[in-house]
Amino acid sequence: MATSQHRDFYAWFWRLPLLVWQLLFFVVPLGFMFVMSFWLVKNYRMTPAFAFDNWAKMLGWNIFWNSYLYTFSLALVATILASLLAFPAAYGLAFKVNETTRRWALFFLIIPFFTSYLVRVYAWQVVLAGNGVISAMLAWVGLGPLSLLNTAYGTIIGYLTLAFPLVVILQTISLASIDGRLIEAAHNLGCGRLRTVFAVIIPAAKVGLIVAALFCFILAFGDFVSPYYLGGSKPPTLSIMIIDSTKSGQQWPRAAVIAVVMILTLLAVAFASVTTAYRRRG
Amino acid sequence: MNKKSLLKPSRRDVLKYGVASSALAMPFVSRAWADTVELNMLAWYGHGEPDVVAEFEAANNVKFKPKYYAGGDNMLALIAQSPPGTFDVILSDAEFVQQLNEAGYIDELNAADYPFDDFLFDEWKQFPGHWKDGKLYSAMVRCGHLGVSYNTTAISAEEAQSYNCYWKPEIKGKVGHFDWHLPSLGQMSLLNGNASPFDIDEAAWGAVKEKTKSLRPQVGGFFDYGGTFNGLKNGEMLAMAGIGDWITGVLEKDGAKVASVVPKEGGIQWTESWSIGKGTKNADIAKKFIQYMLSPEGQVHSARMAAYPGFAITKGGRKALNEKDPKEAQRTGQVDGAANDPVSLIKDGRIKYRGVPKQQSLEVWNDFWSEYKGS
Repeated sequence: MATSQHRDFYAWFWRLPLLVWQLLFFVVPLGFMFVMSFWLVKNYRMTPAFAFDNWAKMLGWNIFWNSYLYTFSLALVATILASLLAFPAAYGLAFKVNETTRRWALFFLIIPFFTSYLVRVYAWQVVLAGNGVISAMLAWVGLGPLSLLNTAYGTIIGYLTLAFPLVVILQTISLASIDGRLIEAAHNLGCGRLRTVFAVIIPAAKVGLIVAALFCFILAFGDFVSPYYLGGSKPPTLSIMIIDSTKSGQQWPRAAVIAVVMILTLLAVAFASVTTAYRRRG
Repeated sequence: MNKKSLLKPSRRDVLKYGVASSALAMPFVSRAWADTVELNMLAWYGHGEPDVVAEFEAANNVKFKPKYYAGGDNMLALIAQSPPGTFDVILSDAEFVQQLNEAGYIDELNAADYPFDDFLFDEWKQFPGHWKDGKLYSAMVRCGHLGVSYNTTAISAEEAQSYNCYWKPEIKGKVGHFDWHLPSLGQMSLLNGNASPFDIDEAAWGAVKEKTKSLRPQVGGFFDYGGTFNGLKNGEMLAMAGIGDWITGVLEKDGAKVASVVPKEGGIQWTESWSIGKGTKNADIAKKFIQYMLSPEGQVHSARMAAYPGFAITKGGRKALNEKDPKEAQRTGQVDGAANDPVSLIKDGRIKYRGVPKQQSLEVWNDFWSEYKGS
């Protein structure tokens, strides 16, 4: 009995910091933000209230829903693109190179995170501009000049800049941890290479692949930098709408409504993804 | 160091540990010695940078701690979120001074402390909203004009004489907006022929909205200061609504082929004024700083500000600018008798002061701006 109590205490001792951290820096601010969404703004000052004005205004505003759909679509496209583009790279790193090469590759994939994302996005402005490198190359093959700056393409490129290395890393780790005997067994049973990928490797790495995609979606859905500096805020995404609401008229309660909707969306996507990831076949 | 060397330190040891002790003690020594006053500034970007304040800092043993904003309502929001006394000096767009005062964010100033007799234009001495019941609350310090800002290779000087050049088919997708509703909508209001662009009835407001919406297919993006700057510099944007020489002036000096003009429909004046934050513990030095910014030296720094140039508003400031930097004075028309002298433009009725909407709420204009961006 005493040993059991001791074990419980030991377990709680190690759980406590995480719980306190999450409570203080996630649950409490989230709760405050939710409460704030019912407040009102009078003369640029927030006034505590319990009014549904902000919710009615935002949810009944077609501009908000247009922005919502646009933000969701862009994040989804970025997620699909990142997952598809990352898979061959991750496959190669997991199965086709030796351990040392893989380590170096993962190290180089981490390096972009050493520099500011904003700086990288500013660098993309130079590349994507009408007089930039891509436009010049397109012009050279007779398809340009074409400016990708201040377009949805620019925004997607920014999202990939942010999320692509992370997706490759997560996919690589996931693929590398597949039991090699499963692949050998598939080959021994006459399964072709492509079929092995779809029938054995992808199902075996499903959880990691979906988690990687989920991270990409979360990062893209909430990003402000790319849609503003590469997309030209045209039209604004939800994160830009948050900034617009706060900087103009101090409409923090309306910004809180947008933020709550964004969080609920991400929770729904995360829940659906995790459910899919752990669903057993048959 | 062993026991023996501790008892009998060598000359090298004495030097080594002496330097180390001095280094450790430096923070305390310098603190006691310098006693620098820290002044918290709330302003548009650039006002707290060395090219403007370094001389004042050195002469008065002051260190500015600037907090920058973009847009008057953003400024009000920042003050509202901060405890009283957070900001010692507040630079405000003139149209927001009245709201600063009504909210009780600024202290009364003594008019005798400032050189109003030296102002270039009489109307500026009694700038709207700066006085209430005969009491002064803010001192105008600089201004500039907003008009058509354009790439000179894409739009001719003649075309730039009207806001209609924004609709030129050849620049479709290359018209940018500075991402703040007041200047752009003010320009649309001027284009519609409203003599007081911010004081318009519902019918005129509806017409302004329609006119603005018709520009949307031409628009390539909505930008903050950096984005506006880059967009014009790299040629991504060939015309920019809502700005003026405060951005193109910097680019012009850099050799970019851009310019700003006040078109025939008229331009809008942005005006900046300094106030002393209520609850400040540094009122005397704050007053001294505002006096400095209105002195000839301060006016020259303000007019030549690296972040964005403006007009000197005192006779002494203009004279000093002409002596210090005649080229810049010439470029911006700050020469008595020049055709584009900013004061002459105002006297000719071609310039309207930027203001907040009078017959609609600021929220109504702001909501329309969001709708316009999202359309």
